[in-house]
Amino acid sequence: MIWLTWRQFRGSAVMTAAVLLVLTVVLALTGPDLASRYTAGLAGCTPDDTCDQFFDRFFDEHQLPFVAVSFVVLALPALVGLFWGAPLITRELEAGTHLLVWNQSVTRGRWLAVKLGLIGLAAMTAACVCGLAVTWWSDPLDKSAVPDLALMAPLVFGARGIAPMGYAAFAFVLGVTVGILVRRTLPAMAITLVVFAAVQFAMPQLVRPHLMPPVTATFELSQVNMGGIRVEGQGGPVRISTRLAVPGHAGSWVLSSDLLDSSGRRIAGGGEEAPVPVSVTSGPCSPQEAGPHGLDACWLEINSLGYRQHATYQPLERFWAFQWIETGIYALLTLGLTWFSFWWLRRRLS
Amino acid sequence: MTSVLQAQALGKRYGKRWALSDCTIDIPAGHVVGLVGPNGAGKTTLLKLAGGQLQPTTGDITVLGERPGSTPAQLARVGFVAQDTPLYAALTVAEHLRLGARLNPRWDAALARERSGHLGLDPSHRAGKLSGGQRAQLALTLGLAKRPELLIMDEPVASLDPLARREFLQGLTEATADHKLSVVLSSHLVSDLEKVCDYLIVLVDSRVRVAGEVDRLLATHHRLTGARHAFDRFPSDQRVISVSHTDRQSTVVIRTDPPIHDPAWTVSRLSLEDLVLAYMDKSTENRRAPLEVQQ
Repeated sequence: MIWLTWRQFRGSAVMTAAVLLVLTVVLALTGPDLASRYTAGLAGCTPDDTCDQFFDRFFDEHQLPFVAVSFVVLALPALVGLFWGAPLITRELEAGTHLLVWNQSVTRGRWLAVKLGLIGLAAMTAACVCGLAVTWWSDPLDKSAVPDLALMAPLVFGARGIAPMGYAAFAFVLGVTVGILVRRTLPAMAITLVVFAAVQFAMPQLVRPHLMPPVTATFELSQVNMGGIRVEGQGGPVRISTRLAVPGHAGSWVLSSDLLDSSGRRIAGGGEEAPVPVSVTSGPCSPQEAGPHGLDACWLEINSLGYRQHATYQPLERFWAFQWIETGIYALLTLGLTWFSFWWLRRRLS
Repeated sequence: MTSVLQAQALGKRYGKRWALSDCTIDIPAGHVVGLVGPNGAGKTTLLKLAGGQLQPTTGDITVLGERPGSTPAQLARVGFVAQDTPLYAALTVAEHLRLGARLNPRWDAALARERSGHLGLDPSHRAGKLSGGQRAQLALTLGLAKRPELLIMDEPVASLDPLARREFLQGLTEATADHKLSVVLSSHLVSDLEKVCDYLIVLVDSRVRVAGEVDRLLATHHRLTGARHAFDRFPSDQRVISVSHTDRQSTVVIRTDPPIHDPAWTVSRLSLEDLVLAYMDKSTENRRAPLEVQQ
C-alpha cells in the first residue's frame, strides 16, 4: 500500500520538493548577507540614535522579497489542500479505480490510513521546512518591520515558525474530507479553498487574540503610540489620535488602543480623534517649536495635561507560545476531520 | 451443496431509490455462474455488495461464509473485476502487476507473468494506452493472480468488440478449468454467458426468477405451439413461464419434468436466450415466485 501511494504521489512530491529546494537554497545563500547588513547597520545607527530611520530604510529596501517569501508560506498550506487533499479520493472515485484497489487484500481503512499518513506527513514536512527557513531568513526584517508587519501581526504570524505545519496538515485533511463528501474533484477543490480561507481568516480575528489573556496597560503618549496631531480649520480645536503600537514593547500585537483623559475616561478608540486643549500658535506644540525630535515636546505637554493611552496587547515574547498553541489547535482540528473521514468512508461512502 | 454467495432479504438504497430490494439468492460453489437480467435489475448492486464495495441497507449477505470486505483475509479470497474494468491510467502494466503483488498475500507472480506474456501485454505500456480488450485482460489477470476462491465480474465484456469478447471469455474458461475457482459474472447478453457458464440465474427487479444448471434448465423447458383453442384446456399442473397468442396460434413456454404427450401441441426445445427472455417477459409478472430447478 505504501508503494502504491508513493507511486501515485511521487510526481507531485518530486515537483514540490524541487521548488522547496530552490527556495531554501536561495534563502540560505542570501540569508547571511542580509543578517550581516542588519548587524552592520545596527552598529552604525546605535551611537547617534538614528536606528528608527535605519529600520525604515532597511525594511523598505527588502520589502518585496519579504512579502514574497511570506506569501509563499501562507499559500503553501492552501495549495496542499487544493492539489494534494481534495483530489486524493475524488480522483479514484471519478476513474472508478477505488473499485480496483478496494478489492485487493487491503481493507479500506488501511488504504485511507496509508494515504493520509504518508501524504499528510509530506505536507507537514514541506510546510515545516518552508516555514522555518523563512523564519530564519527574515529574522532581521522582522526585527525592523513596521508594527503592521511585525512578527505578531496577523498576516506575518501565520507565515513564521511552526504554525504553517499545522495549517498544512489541516488543509490536507480538509481537502480529503471535502473530497469524500462531494466526490467530485473540481467542486471539492473550490469548497476546500473557501472553507480553508474562511478558517484562516477567522483564526486571527476571533480566536488568536484570546489564546492567552491580553496584557492591559496605560502608557504615556509619545511618537511611538500617537497617530497624529491635527488642527481643525484655522484656529479650531487640536485633535489627536493613537495608533496600534505601545511604547517599550516593540513587535507587540496591539488589539486595542484607547485615548484617556485626565480623569481616566475613554475619549477615543483606536484611530479615532479627540480634541485636546493645547495651543498650536505658541508653546511646545507650535510648528516653530518642532525640533529634531519632531513633536516630542508637544507629546510631553499633552502628557502633562493627564492624557494617556490605554492599550491591550499580546507582547512579542508570547510568539512561540502562541505558535505552539495555534499549531495544537490545528492539530486537533486535523484529528477531528481525520476521524470523520474514516467514519464516513466506512459508513457512507458505499 | 456449499454456497459461495448467500443473501437474505438483501436491499440497497441510494437516497430514496432502491437499487436492490428484498433479494434472496444462493449461489452454489464450483460453477461458472451467469447472472442475467435487464438493465436496472440490480445486478451491479448485488455484485458490489458481494465484493464488499457497498454496505447493504437491509438484509444480510455472506460470501464464502463471511461478511464481504470485512477483513484482509476475506478480501484475499474474493476477486472482483468491476464494470468497465477500471485501471490506473498512469500506471504501466508492470506496475499493475506489482500493485497486485504488493497488496495480495496469495499473489501468484508466475501466473501473472505468464498470462500477461501470453496475452502480449507490453509491461512498459501505460494502462491508459491499452485497448479495451487488453484492459479487460489485464483486469482479469489481476483478479486471477490474486488466487481467489471466488471471482466476481461485473459486465466484463460489455464494452469489448466481438473478437476481444471471445478471447476474453476463452481466457476465462481456461483459467477456471486450471484453477478450480468459482466464478460469478453478470451480463445482459445471454449469448456471452452461454459460452462459459454452466449455471444461470435470471434476476428481474431484484428478484431471482429462475436459477439452475444450464443443462438442466434446457432439458426441462419446452416451447409448445398449438392452435389457439388448445390453450383453454391446458393442464393445470404445468408451470407456465410465458404465453403469447396470435389470432390462430398460442405459444407457451413451460417448465416440466415429465414429457408432454398432448397431440394438440408441437413441442420444441428452447435456446438459452429464449429461455431467459421468457423469464424476463413482463406479461408474466404475476408468476414471479422464484423457481429453483432441483438437481
